[in-house]
Amino acid sequence: MKKYLASVLAASTLASPVVANAQTEVNFWHAFTGRLGELVAEQVDQFNASQSDYKVVQSHKGNYSETLNAGIAAFRAKEQPHILMVFEVGTATMMAAKGAVRPVYEVMAESGASFDPNAYIGAVKGYYTSTDGDMLSLPFNSSTPVLWVNRDAFKAAGVDPDMDLSTWENVGAALDALKAGGEDCPLVTAWQSWIHLENFSAYHNVPFASKDNGFAGLDTELMLNGPAQIAHLTAMQDWAKEGKFIYTGRRNEGGANFRSGECALFTESSAGYAGIKAEAKFDFEVRPLPYWKAVASEPQNTIIGGASLWVMSGHEADEYKGVGEFLSFLSSSDVQAAWHQNTGYLPITVEAGEATRAAGFYDQNPGTDVAVKQMTAKQPTANSKGLRLGSFDQIRGIIDEELEAIWAGDKSPQEAMDSAKSRGDALLRRFEQANG
Amino acid sequence: MEKRVTFKGWLLPLFLIAPQVLISAVFFFYPAGQAVWQSLFIPDPFGLSAQFVGLGNFEFLLGDPYYRASFATTAVFSLLVTLCSMVPALFLAVIADRLIKGSGVYRTLLIWPYAVAPAVAGVLWMFMFNTRVGVVSWYLGQLGYDWNHVLNDNEAMGLVVVASAWGRVSYNFLFFFAALQSVPRSVIEAAAIDGAHFWRRFFGIVLPLITPTAFFLLVVNVVYAFFETFGVIHTITAGGPQQATTILVYKVFADGFVGQDLGSSAAQSVILLLVVGLLTVIQFKYVEKRVHY
Repeated sequence: MKKYLASVLAASTLASPVVANAQTEVNFWHAFTGRLGELVAEQVDQFNASQSDYKVVQSHKGNYSETLNAGIAAFRAKEQPHILMVFEVGTATMMAAKGAVRPVYEVMAESGASFDPNAYIGAVKGYYTSTDGDMLSLPFNSSTPVLWVNRDAFKAAGVDPDMDLSTWENVGAALDALKAGGEDCPLVTAWQSWIHLENFSAYHNVPFASKDNGFAGLDTELMLNGPAQIAHLTAMQDWAKEGKFIYTGRRNEGGANFRSGECALFTESSAGYAGIKAEAKFDFEVRPLPYWKAVASEPQNTIIGGASLWVMSGHEADEYKGVGEFLSFLSSSDVQAAWHQNTGYLPITVEAGEATRAAGFYDQNPGTDVAVKQMTAKQPTANSKGLRLGSFDQIRGIIDEELEAIWAGDKSPQEAMDSAKSRGDALLRRFEQANG
Repeated sequence: MEKRVTFKGWLLPLFLIAPQVLISAVFFFYPAGQAVWQSLFIPDPFGLSAQFVGLGNFEFLLGDPYYRASFATTAVFSLLVTLCSMVPALFLAVIADRLIKGSGVYRTLLIWPYAVAPAVAGVLWMFMFNTRVGVVSWYLGQLGYDWNHVLNDNEAMGLVVVASAWGRVSYNFLFFFAALQSVPRSVIEAAAIDGAHFWRRFFGIVLPLITPTAFFLLVVNVVYAFFETFGVIHTITAGGPQQATTILVYKVFADGFVGQDLGSSAAQSVILLLVVGLLTVIQFKYVEKRVHY
């Protein structure tokens, strides 16, 4: 029945665009709506107008999870698109599906389109590259967590907004002062697992999972219950208990609290920029994500969130040529620079970043380069290259549950993370079994 | 006592039940059979390969304390949803039944919530109780109560129960109302002449006479709570906080369509099927004995 449903779904979307001339059609499924959806449509129109051999047809397939599901269901029904957008969490799932996807480096080589994988910044490229150094999917939109500061809230609580917030030690002192100064919501966060465990681990150069965070094999185990993570979660639990850290939900619910001016500090993706800039009626600022001086003498790099484009198998050779041309177009410096400036996502090629700097964008929009610097300051290590874990969406769900137990005071950080490890490891073993 | 129609041949009866058999086969037996078959494998998401694991998926599930805890959560949730949707419905039906004028308006208004899809109802309630901008949570705050279903288990459970039961009250009201209308007036009048007051008449005569409807609604509402409340849970709590509102059917969805673990998801749907089947059998075997037709 699932197969039947999938084929109906796939057929209904494939049947819509009818092309009269002999253009080769390339289907591109993505997860963007609103302003981001418009920008993707613009890129596609620009590509279609630039040549006459291929026509890219873009369709929106729901949120990240739904888009991945639509792609999987379509593949099972043999109606898969040529290009599928998959969020970073689904990377291991796609990599394990050897018969369902075609590695990007291979498609690009065959199509003859110009493509230089080394144009991408290391932390982005590493996430989507095999251990042999081959690029498997094309990085599309990437962001990294930063600290957002509501300067007006600091002033209102009588705290100096220019104070050093580079370490969690200092942030802890700021939270005390803010609370004492009458601030009801000193700190709020979005994407708690991504920021306070996954990025936390990379930033302090401690492993989140064994086998190089899963890059070196499917037989990986979670290591999120180490002393560094526990120390951080213990501090966060104390802050939650004292009303200095306010928990608002598993996704980015906290964004509404921050944008309305209710909260002083907010740990959120750098891609939150567009929304905060549009809505915030207060003086705000971007700072690098804090680190614990007691754990690391200086921070390593943070890792990315976002999505990449996967090429799916089962299509004709000339269609793959079109795919190659389109991906080559997307990775060109102009397209990348425009995307970075319009969305707040990271410039994922070195050239796009330099072009943006040369155009004076960072001077006009201070703070937009904090994320770039934070990610590229150091050469990524095995702990900060990224994460490659099977069933990661579910594992994040487990981590969310266990973190909620910490915030509610039901479990100690050690108990909660030990439990997250054993539950997550069980899923990793199943994934290994299914894909081994 | 039993009324039974007997047919002479077997062609006509076979022809008459054929549509139902066909529909059951296509929409129930085939997919259910597929689920049973799939539950014996661990497939990869893309269907490229599948490993036969026998009852391995069931072992994995039943060995997981969080899955076992989900049974208790489901039991509490279903009981509360059934109670919260049937008792107010019966009360409203009794009140509407007593109205002499304008009962049509009340009836129509009371049926409206049934037209709201579960997911939409979920969003509606989520906004009312939103910890930041919710009207109700703001009002509770004014009264000095700090509503936070994002972290508080019981509040989260209460919220999804009310949101699930709300639309169901309409459905139940409709059936109770029709049942009340069919209670013979002469019996009630006779009791009234004998001096029985309203609630005495209600518990002594009316309630026993509408037990067939109540029983039907009990079965239907339990099935509803087990299977159709997924939209509400998904939009309001997504199973949280921790696993406070992760009911069995929500886990089937989460593991299958978010986690891409189709083997486990299929095994869970088989278990769910058995649980609901068993519950229905129990209801028919024990509860139905107290039903007067």
